[in-house]
Amino acid sequence: MAADQPWAHGVYDYLKSEGVKQISYVPDAGHRVLIDKSLADPDMHSIALTTEEEGVAMAAGAWLGGQKHVLLMQSSGAGNCVNMFSLLRLGRFPFVTILSMRGDFGEGNPWQMPMGASIEGVMKACDFVVLKIDTEAEVMPTIKAAMTMAYKSHQCVAVLLTQKLLGAKSF
Amino acid sequence: MTDGVNRQIAIPALLADHKDMLIVTGLAGSAKDIGALTQDADNTFTMAGAMGGATAMGLGLALAQPDRKVVVVTGDGELLMNLSSLATVAVAKAPNLSIVCVDNGHYQETGDQASHTSQGVDMAAIAAGSGIKTCRSVTTMEEVEDARKLLAGANDTCFIHLRIDRTPPPVFRREMDAAVVKTRFRRAVLGVN
Repeated sequence: MAADQPWAHGVYDYLKSEGVKQISYVPDAGHRVLIDKSLADPDMHSIALTTEEEGVAMAAGAWLGGQKHVLLMQSSGAGNCVNMFSLLRLGRFPFVTILSMRGDFGEGNPWQMPMGASIEGVMKACDFVVLKIDTEAEVMPTIKAAMTMAYKSHQCVAVLLTQKLLGAKSF
Repeated sequence: MTDGVNRQIAIPALLADHKDMLIVTGLAGSAKDIGALTQDADNTFTMAGAMGGATAMGLGLALAQPDRKVVVVTGDGELLMNLSSLATVAVAKAPNLSIVCVDNGHYQETGDQASHTSQGVDMAAIAAGSGIKTCRSVTTMEEVEDARKLLAGANDTCFIHLRIDRTPPPVFRREMDAAVVKTRFRRAVLGVN
C-alpha cells in the first residue's frame, strides 16, 4: 500500500474549496490521508461510521440541510449500501463517494476478490456514474468531474481508486 | 411490548412543538404518525423505504443545520436494522439532534410479527450503552409531557424510547416522491432548490 498518497492533499483541498463540510468513512488504509486531514480540520465534520450505509443516509440529510458530504469507503463497503442507495436515487440527491479498491490489480487476499469483481457492475446497476482512476495524473480531473456531475447534474458518482493507483496491500 | 401509551395521542403531545423542528422519519408507522401530525409539512422528510437510514440521515441534517432542532422519529424495526447508528450519533456529537423511537414491539406493517423489543431487547439501554447520555423510557402520558419538555430544552442529544400500545398509526396520504419532498424541504429551510 502506497504510504504517501501525495495526490490526497490536492483532493482534500479541492473538496473543501467546493464547499464539502462533511466527510464520513469506515477506517480504511486507502483513504488514510483524507481521513487524517479531515480529523485534523476544525472546519470539517469528520464522521467515523460503523457501516458505510450510514454515510449514504447522512449525505442525503446533509444535502437537505444545505451541506455537501463525501463518503469514503472501501469497495467492500459499497456492498453494504445497496438498499440505502434507493434514498439517493428516488430523491435525486447529488452524491459523491470515493472508493478505494480491493480485490483488484494484484490483490493478495482472496476474501477481497468477490466484492472487488462485483463493484463496478453493482454501482452501475444502482444508476451510479462510475469513474476509475489508475494513475496519479487522473486524480484531480476525475475528482473535479465527479463533483461537477453530482452537484451540477444531480448524479450519484462513484470514483474508484484502483490498486494500480493505491498499490496492492501486502500480507 | 404491549404496555404503553396510545401513539395517536402521545405523539402529537410529545411533538407539540413540531413546527419549530426539522423532522426525519423512518418508514411505515412513524412516517404515518408524522405525516398526519404535520400534514406533510415542508419541515418533514418521511420515508417509505431505505430502512435503517433515518437516524444517520438526521445526523447529516443536524450537522448541516446546527441552529435548528432536528428530531428523528423512527420505529423499533427501523432502528433495529441499524442499531449501530446510535453509536455513530453519540460519537459525532450533534447536540441539536434527538431521536424518538416509537416502539410497539411489532412489525405492524408486515403482519404484526413480534420484533426483538418485545422479546427482551431494550432500546433505551442500547441507546445509553451507545453513549447517548440522555435517554428516557416513556410509558405514561405524564412521562410524555416530561419528555416533551426534555426535547424542548435539551442542549445535547436525547433518546426518547416511546413505548406505545398496539393502536395503529393514523391513516394519512403523504407525498411518496422523495425528490419532491427533498425539494420542498430545501426550499423551506434554505430558500433554494
